[in-house]
Amino acid sequence: MLLQRFLIRLLTMLITLFGVAIVVFVVIRVAPGDPIAMMLPPGATDDDIARLRALYGLDKTIVQQFFIWLSGVVRGDFGTSISLRQDVLGLVFNRLPATLELAIVALIMAVAIGGTTAVLGARERGTAVEAGIDIASGAALSIPDFLWGLVLILLFGVLVPIFDISGRVSPQLDLPFATQFYFFESLLRLRFDLTWDLLKHMLMPAVALALPLAAIISQLLKQSLKEVLDLDYVVLARVKGFSETQVILREALKNAALPTLTLVGVQFTFLIGGTVIVERLFSYEGLGNMAIDAVINRDLPLIQGIVLVFALLFVLINLVVDMMYALLNPRLRHG
Amino acid sequence: MDEARTSRRGPSPRLWLAGGWLLLALLAAIFAPLVAPQDPLAQDLMLERLPPFWLDGAEPGYWLGTDSLGRDLLSRLIFGGRIAFIVAFAAAIAACLVGSTLGLIAGYFGGWADRIISRVVDIWMAFPPVLFAILLVAVLGTGLSSVILAIAIIDWTRFCRVIRAEAMGQSRMDYVENARIAGYGRIGIMLREVLPNVVPSIVALLSLEMGIAVIVEAILSFVNLSISTDDPTWGSIIAEGRLSIHQAWWVLVFPLITLILTVLSFSQFGEALKARFDPVLR
Repeated sequence: MLLQRFLIRLLTMLITLFGVAIVVFVVIRVAPGDPIAMMLPPGATDDDIARLRALYGLDKTIVQQFFIWLSGVVRGDFGTSISLRQDVLGLVFNRLPATLELAIVALIMAVAIGGTTAVLGARERGTAVEAGIDIASGAALSIPDFLWGLVLILLFGVLVPIFDISGRVSPQLDLPFATQFYFFESLLRLRFDLTWDLLKHMLMPAVALALPLAAIISQLLKQSLKEVLDLDYVVLARVKGFSETQVILREALKNAALPTLTLVGVQFTFLIGGTVIVERLFSYEGLGNMAIDAVINRDLPLIQGIVLVFALLFVLINLVVDMMYALLNPRLRHG
Repeated sequence: MDEARTSRRGPSPRLWLAGGWLLLALLAAIFAPLVAPQDPLAQDLMLERLPPFWLDGAEPGYWLGTDSLGRDLLSRLIFGGRIAFIVAFAAAIAACLVGSTLGLIAGYFGGWADRIISRVVDIWMAFPPVLFAILLVAVLGTGLSSVILAIAIIDWTRFCRVIRAEAMGQSRMDYVENARIAGYGRIGIMLREVLPNVVPSIVALLSLEMGIAVIVEAILSFVNLSISTDDPTWGSIIAEGRLSIHQAWWVLVFPLITLILTVLSFSQFGEALKARFDPVLR
């Protein structure tokens, strides 16, 4: 049953990715403006242009181009970036870790903030504390990450300049890293001086991304907790003499977390989508920032590669969440 | 639920504030040439980076100060509101028409129509929306209609998903069955029976979508891909403010406040409408 569900999911995932590939391919091929002409100096002859077009395969029909590109993608060859003249996959893998680190730190923050306020709100239900949490989460939810980023830049970059508002790491630092996962690697290497520097750069974009998600987690989890708190087994635990916080953490949370988990999965993809503009805002050297440059430079192979990697990330997250839900939900496990 | 309780007694104070702000901003935008104190494009290097009126060095007539080219910030915000509201209304309505139509068809007819539409929605959801928007505007060319079109192309799924679910729920109800027995055609039932029942959701989503459209326009302007660079937009003012943040914080603060108030107001409206029309909450 579970395996069957997994295989169906995998198939729809592939169809979705194929669809994304077609859409992005068609969209950028109808773009006016010749990327080849932009690459060459003004004095280039028509002959030069034709030769370069052939080199990038742009002289074939759009259907041919699509299948040439797709057969490359399947083999792991995403083509060569027109503006950076490097292998697209290499460029993407070079930048992806920075974006993943940012997204994961933001996710951890969102779960921590959202979870804490949900438990607090459920414990203090009906009081001014809960009302305050409701207002704060309402505002956090309505204001998108882009605006939160700007608010944070003003507050902690200008008014009280305690964090860095630009870049991923201080440029003068010597980086001993073997991978592009600077933050995680600095932790493993126990180079906490570097961890601190990376964190000072990462904190504000991460908070900007985390706040809307934290608000959603807080609202939904609090709602689920309040529903569970009236059930018999929770009342029993309370009668046994557990404090309200213990009751929530030990008994209620386990059963209230499932609906939130599904939602967090979908929302995490929105968070990753948000990295594009938040990275731009903080000049953070991730995939999203590179994507915007690629669009501005009309770097077709690079755009295609980045969009496809984002899409792959999204469908993978949805797949993982779906499988986790199926594993954790007793009704589906035995169904 | 808070909203539902208050809606019976009339709109809450929050809703009044939201409505008041939107009305003020809309009127200022419509009558921009009359209310703006200065020409929003007039540059005067003698007046560069004037602070807002309560600070030393402010000039009368430049209430919120000027930017690094000496352009009046308040006038630029007022004129920027024109583009923000045009994009908000046009893009949200376009996204609504496409998304609601497809959602209604998918939800009411089910079967193959539903399968195809749902698959397309899945594909759309696999795109990072901001990147998709930037890509579309780069492809369509900068300009007002490109921005509107790009937002509609991306955000129709928001309407489609919700309306599909609602239409699906409605089509299982007795009254739809009764209409069928009474001999109405399928399309007739869809338009005359199902559609009116999903209109409340459509209206609520429309309000939320207007807030989203304002933000997307600001993001596109921020990366310099929205309207021509001459016309002031809230996003282009923010981009300018981000650059001169250490010299002239007000160039970032005022458009940011404007954007936040506008987005909060649209979402307040959306939430209130949702609560007002939701039969469960009511």
